[in-house]
Amino acid sequence: MTRPTVGLRVSGLTKSFGPTRVLDDVDLDVPGGITAVLGASGCGKTTLLRLIAGFLEPDAGTIRLGDRTVAGAGRPVPPRRRRIGYVPQEGALFPHLDVAANVAFGLPSGRRSAAARRRVEEMLDLVELPRAAASRHPHQLSGGQQQRVALARALAPRPDVVLLDEPFSSLDAALREETGRAVVRALRASEATAVLVTHDQGEALSLADLVAVMAHGRFLQVAAPTDIYLDPAGPAVASFVGHAVLVSAEAHAGTAAGALGPIPVRGARDGRVLLAVRPEQVAVTAKDAPGCLTAEVVEVSFFGHDATVRVRVGADDQVDLTARVPATDVPEPGTQVGVRVVGEVLAFPENPR
Amino acid sequence: MLLGLLVAATSLLPLGFVVVSTAELGPAEAWDLVTRPRFDDLVWNTSRLLVGGVALSLLLGVGCAWLVVRTDLPLARLWHGLLCAPLAVPAFVNGYGWISTTHAVQSYWGAVLVVSLSYYPLVYLPTVAALSRLDSSVEDVAASLGAGAWSSFFRVVLPTISPAVLGGALLVGLHLLGEYGALQLLNFPTLTTGILDQYRLSFNGPAATMLALVLVAFCLVLLGLELLARGRRRRSRVGSGVGRPATRHRLGRAAPAWCAALLALAVLSLGVPLVSLVRWLVRGNSSSLPAGDLGAALGTTLGLAVAAGVLATAAALPIAWLAVRYRGVVVTLIERAVYPANALPGIVVALALVTISIRVVPSLYQTLPVLVVGYVILFLPRAAVGVRPTLELAPPVLEDVATSLGCSRAGAVRRVTLPLVLPGLAASVALVSLAVGTELTATLLLAPTGTSTLATEFWSRASAVEYGAAAPFALALILLSIPATWLLGRAAVSRSPRRPA
Repeated sequence: MTRPTVGLRVSGLTKSFGPTRVLDDVDLDVPGGITAVLGASGCGKTTLLRLIAGFLEPDAGTIRLGDRTVAGAGRPVPPRRRRIGYVPQEGALFPHLDVAANVAFGLPSGRRSAAARRRVEEMLDLVELPRAAASRHPHQLSGGQQQRVALARALAPRPDVVLLDEPFSSLDAALREETGRAVVRALRASEATAVLVTHDQGEALSLADLVAVMAHGRFLQVAAPTDIYLDPAGPAVASFVGHAVLVSAEAHAGTAAGALGPIPVRGARDGRVLLAVRPEQVAVTAKDAPGCLTAEVVEVSFFGHDATVRVRVGADDQVDLTARVPATDVPEPGTQVGVRVVGEVLAFPENPR
Repeated sequence: MLLGLLVAATSLLPLGFVVVSTAELGPAEAWDLVTRPRFDDLVWNTSRLLVGGVALSLLLGVGCAWLVVRTDLPLARLWHGLLCAPLAVPAFVNGYGWISTTHAVQSYWGAVLVVSLSYYPLVYLPTVAALSRLDSSVEDVAASLGAGAWSSFFRVVLPTISPAVLGGALLVGLHLLGEYGALQLLNFPTLTTGILDQYRLSFNGPAATMLALVLVAFCLVLLGLELLARGRRRRSRVGSGVGRPATRHRLGRAAPAWCAALLALAVLSLGVPLVSLVRWLVRGNSSSLPAGDLGAALGTTLGLAVAAGVLATAAALPIAWLAVRYRGVVVTLIERAVYPANALPGIVVALALVTISIRVVPSLYQTLPVLVVGYVILFLPRAAVGVRPTLELAPPVLEDVATSLGCSRAGAVRRVTLPLVLPGLAASVALVSLAVGTELTATLLLAPTGTSTLATEFWSRASAVEYGAAAPFALALILLSIPATWLLGRAAVSRSPRRPA
């Protein structure tokens, strides 16, 4: 089953609640596939989703689904005519209906019709749930199963665009990854354009084709996951995605001088810069190893597969760096170690404009 | 919002009436009324009845709840049923049962005994609910810290369940303040019986108003006391997780003695009224069963009960809707405004409506609409308490999802919200209807001439010492109360608030 992909185009979208401007002149162009809107809680990402769904009306700006303008020109199209699928947090299955009735809720043909029954089975297959689950009630399902049913319910009427609002945040870590993959497989198979809102960068980077990083009602960067990580648009994106530590330094001809010593940098002109040092770029070695700075281990968080170590560099101009080290080689807090920054470091002008 | 304001304003009418009419009274006249010796008697009687009745109800209610929930008492479910059952016997029917058996109860102690036997389930039920939801691990911790059974009950269990116990005690107190029928039969005059006497003598005289004011003051003092006792401490459960069912304390060889005590309580609270009722039924049959009167009264009662139940639930809907969907200061005020009416005795609400209807719209005086409005004001809180959690079953996100799936707003309400809330609304209508069906005091004042309910028919016969003629009506009242009692008793022991699918 192939059908033309319907893109989503948002331009100049603005929305305020009282004096608070939640969305500030936002543009987003989603040609298809899965797009993640990544941001801390309160950054406006859920508002964006509710505007696209039609539960809210924008103060300014337009929303286009394919060639239809659904908001911003004349009367807004009500949610039920937008051909969208909506998967809210924790699924919000209808508690009085069983799984089959939940999935068939949006189907135009009668819920008991053969076509509806077939579609329900297709959808359960799609989200990888056993067909026997059709007669269960929501409270008999686990959290991950509820999310899959919620997705099946959203996909059943063949929407153009599926909107997912933090769909995995209520699941525990193990279930989250497994459910996330299953959901992405189902979304790709259905060929619907999907917008996924999340505050989890791992989720956004691993599941989406396009990531839009949002803060304070604006997009900081919209790009493919690898570009977001390797080529962040600014220090804010770098520190939010990838936990980079920002250190100021003086750049000159591709080398930065500062508390970390001379480091090769890329991305900035000469002058005061902010270096974005990622944990995997910090190598922890023995104290007094050649070419190393001496540092004190401040804090160690052991995760099993590896550990993160917070080290303090410098005597009077102290800088804290975070390093990721293998589990077999974790230093004790309070000891002295050697620290070396590996490879080129991203640098941003300290005072842009 | 407007609807909510309207409902809240209506609920506050009686309170406004008391304030305004007292202000009209003038200080000299008020002082004159207050200093009459008869007045002092009424206040003294009301006070000591309150203290004695609440104390005995607390003792019976908390003690029985602990026995049923936290010990290995044999046949606990049967005892639970028997301990809830007195709620199905209206207090005035209980009073009739006792007084038609022995005149020894026409005293302070008799009055305390009879009203406590009628109202102790109001403490028992919330205490049972709180005890069975209590996380037993707090007791385990207390035991691990060296506390014995008694010490852990008083230091850990009782403080934890005290909001429920206090709430029950407050309810008993408010019911005692509003009780008319039982106390009139037992010949124990209180403020409420005094108001009705005054009302009979000098229709809407200043004396009745003054007594009503003092009665309202009593209610407010009770509410204040409960707030004070409850304090500002938080009693939420810390941490989540599954509360395990508690280990039950072993009664051992004392078990038969406790069973005997509970049996004695059941005989006193249920046996006495029921046996005397049956006795009068058998004896009354020799005269004639007033089948016509009974049928007419039953019809009127059912009609009034259903009308008031539906109206009260409908009135509670906008308030609960506002409270659930739009939080804010105004909304909280509106919601709170509903509850003082519940604290006011039926007699005060009735008096207020009589006066207001005479002064403002005389054509409405003693008509069915005023009677129904009185019922709605009296029982609105009961409806509101049930309607609010019902609406919380249908959060707005479900309607959002439904509209995204192609439903119109109306369609979403019909296919999602209504199916979720209808059972709860029906239960609320039923609860209010059953309460209306056995209401006596306000009905006596507000019912149009010629309109008689089961309660008023019973009352006109029982107060005229025609015990045999009153018996069939008493039986009908008890039968009418059984479903609500059963519902309440079952709700108290069900562990999860969630409705089974």
